[in-house]
Amino acid sequence: MAHPTVFAPESPELADRPRRIVVRRTRADHVFRWTTRGVAMLVLALLAAIGGYLLYQGSGALDRAGWGFLTEDAWEPKGGTFGVRGLLTGTVLVAIVALIVAVPIALTAALYITEFAPRRLRGVLTSIVDLMAAVPSIIYGIFGFFVLQPQLIPVSRWLATNFDFLPIFEIRTIDVKARFVDSQFSSSLFISGVVVSTMVIPICCAVSREVFGQAPVGEKEGALALGATRWGVIRAVVLPFGRGGMIGGVMLGLGRALGETIAVAMIISFNTDFSFRVLDGQGSTISSLIVLKYGEADTESISALMAAGLALFVLTLAVNTVAGVLVARSRSGKSTEI
Amino acid sequence: MTVTEPIVRPGPDAPPPASAPRPPEQARVALRRVAPDDIGVALGAMVAGASFAWVLYGRILPVAGWQGYLITAYLSFLLLYAIATHMRLDRVAAGDRVAGAVISTGAALMVGTVATVIGYVFVKGFGRILNTDFFTATQRHFSALSPHGVSVGAAHAIVGTFEQMGIAILLSVPLGVIAAIYMNEVGGRFAAVVRVVVEAMTAIPSVVAGLFVYAFFVISLGQGFCGLAAGLALSVEMMPVVCRATEVVLRLVPNGLREASLALGAGEFRTLWNVVLPTARSGLVTAVILGCARVVGETAPVLLVAGGGAGMNWDPFSGVQTSLPYFIWVNYKSPSDELNSLAWGASVTLLLIVLVLFSLARLIGGRGPGESRRRTRRRAGASAKSLTPEPTS
Repeated sequence: MAHPTVFAPESPELADRPRRIVVRRTRADHVFRWTTRGVAMLVLALLAAIGGYLLYQGSGALDRAGWGFLTEDAWEPKGGTFGVRGLLTGTVLVAIVALIVAVPIALTAALYITEFAPRRLRGVLTSIVDLMAAVPSIIYGIFGFFVLQPQLIPVSRWLATNFDFLPIFEIRTIDVKARFVDSQFSSSLFISGVVVSTMVIPICCAVSREVFGQAPVGEKEGALALGATRWGVIRAVVLPFGRGGMIGGVMLGLGRALGETIAVAMIISFNTDFSFRVLDGQGSTISSLIVLKYGEADTESISALMAAGLALFVLTLAVNTVAGVLVARSRSGKSTEI
Repeated sequence: MTVTEPIVRPGPDAPPPASAPRPPEQARVALRRVAPDDIGVALGAMVAGASFAWVLYGRILPVAGWQGYLITAYLSFLLLYAIATHMRLDRVAAGDRVAGAVISTGAALMVGTVATVIGYVFVKGFGRILNTDFFTATQRHFSALSPHGVSVGAAHAIVGTFEQMGIAILLSVPLGVIAAIYMNEVGGRFAAVVRVVVEAMTAIPSVVAGLFVYAFFVISLGQGFCGLAAGLALSVEMMPVVCRATEVVLRLVPNGLREASLALGAGEFRTLWNVVLPTARSGLVTAVILGCARVVGETAPVLLVAGGGAGMNWDPFSGVQTSLPYFIWVNYKSPSDELNSLAWGASVTLLLIVLVLFSLARLIGGRGPGESRRRTRRRAGASAKSLTPEPTS
């Protein structure tokens, strides 16, 4: 970053002071400064306009719904009763399932890349992580629908029959004893969460890999010299050093999972009821609501959808901000010097 | 304590004492190498675990399904591996080996997931895109009840994808790159505000960006569904990505280069144009390409603002226009086998576009900032040689 103007401190007792530097910018530089500043202002104005428009449109709906917006389950904007309680629970449950599946895989893969893989394999694996992040979510959705879902139905059924004492695995709408019960386990929040986890893995893995790779070499070698095994080095040096970045990576993954739209909309059987039962073959998230209901083009419905979108935006913004702070704190060195 | 004897240091010119024997070359300890007996124990534990789970599963417990078998086999492998290493070495080594096995499993699972997704899509859809109808025909004359032999393809979706992506690139790349230049090269208090807002905008879920364009552009302004609206929604999504990536790249340009240029009397704009941007060129291209790869597969914005349409629409400024992700979304559950296989073909095409963009980004962005191509280096070397006088013999 260029800060060409330097003012010398006024200190009369010093005999030789650094001379005062006067910066005279050329016309090209002035044009350059004002052009970039103008474009930056334009970007800022655009982005602020989007936020302001969402807020303005959504506030009408929020006024009509009042506090009921947070406690109501049904979504009938024309009747005036709509709320995000069921939708928010669904969104959060999908994200939690996705994190439970994704985080162990992502963290162990990141550790493998930084601590175990041979040098040549390291580059290949890093590319694979980046490629996994670049695959569109509709591809993961179609894969999840045709491949993962049939394999996850027996798992759902096993969880439902053996762990139904846990409220989260309870089932109400399905009779387990019925014949052909398997197909009723499809389209659940659990299956959506597992599909979303394939999109969380690369984000979480990339951030943690970067942080693990910055663990101080001296301390790692010190631990090895004291007789630590590789796992000892990881436990004593790499994990404590990378804790902040690891949590930040997990939260970035959470932000992605909360906003994921199309893969969830492909899997889920839409129902806005408030429930914590992830296996029950139905559910809803805010983003799938928007995709499935935008066609009702009267102003009240649109404004209600805006309010729901605003709630989702606030949620992901909060999560991403905390994640950004955590990751930035664990990174060292703002710029490169030579 | 006082030093009684002065320390005599051999001068820099002094030859090394001949009498001192050279210490023997120490072989470096290869930390990442796995000992052969370790591999043997691991293989043994694997076979034993699989067999144990088979006995448990097939003979004793009344359960079935390969998912449960795999988990049981894996857990018994870990247990047997730990026991075997504990007997052979000690507790610490056992913990180390088990942790190594778990960590390697995580990496294998991740690679396996990517390979399965890409492999499955290619197996299902590659045959379809070998049929040239896929790239030349549209869905216009096709319905689920059409007789066999009607040519049907995804040409309209491919055209839509490229036009919408082009609009998004035209809108978002100049804005994003210049905003990043402002934040990093000009700076100031206002730059921090822009940075915070751009950071916040990356949190906008694509569906909310689509909803904004739908409510503002399509409905309030009355423009109706069109490709331009989809491009706008995509650029809302793409601009923060390009801006942040560009800022990271510009930050990697060493400050010493900027200072050297300023010290030579160049102005700020000249420094940017002749030093900073050329140094960061490969990174800039990578940032743009990765931004494209990110938005090319976005379905929700197109779904909300560009509608569908079965026929070809070259004009992005009016009328519904589809795109590849939207095409997949409409057809993947279709009752018609023909449309189903088209959805798979579209998936392969989309994946191919992403793979090409990704490989391009790797090829161009493989070098660090300031590292030149081999050809450029050779040319620089040749010109340097022509400047130095020929050594006379």
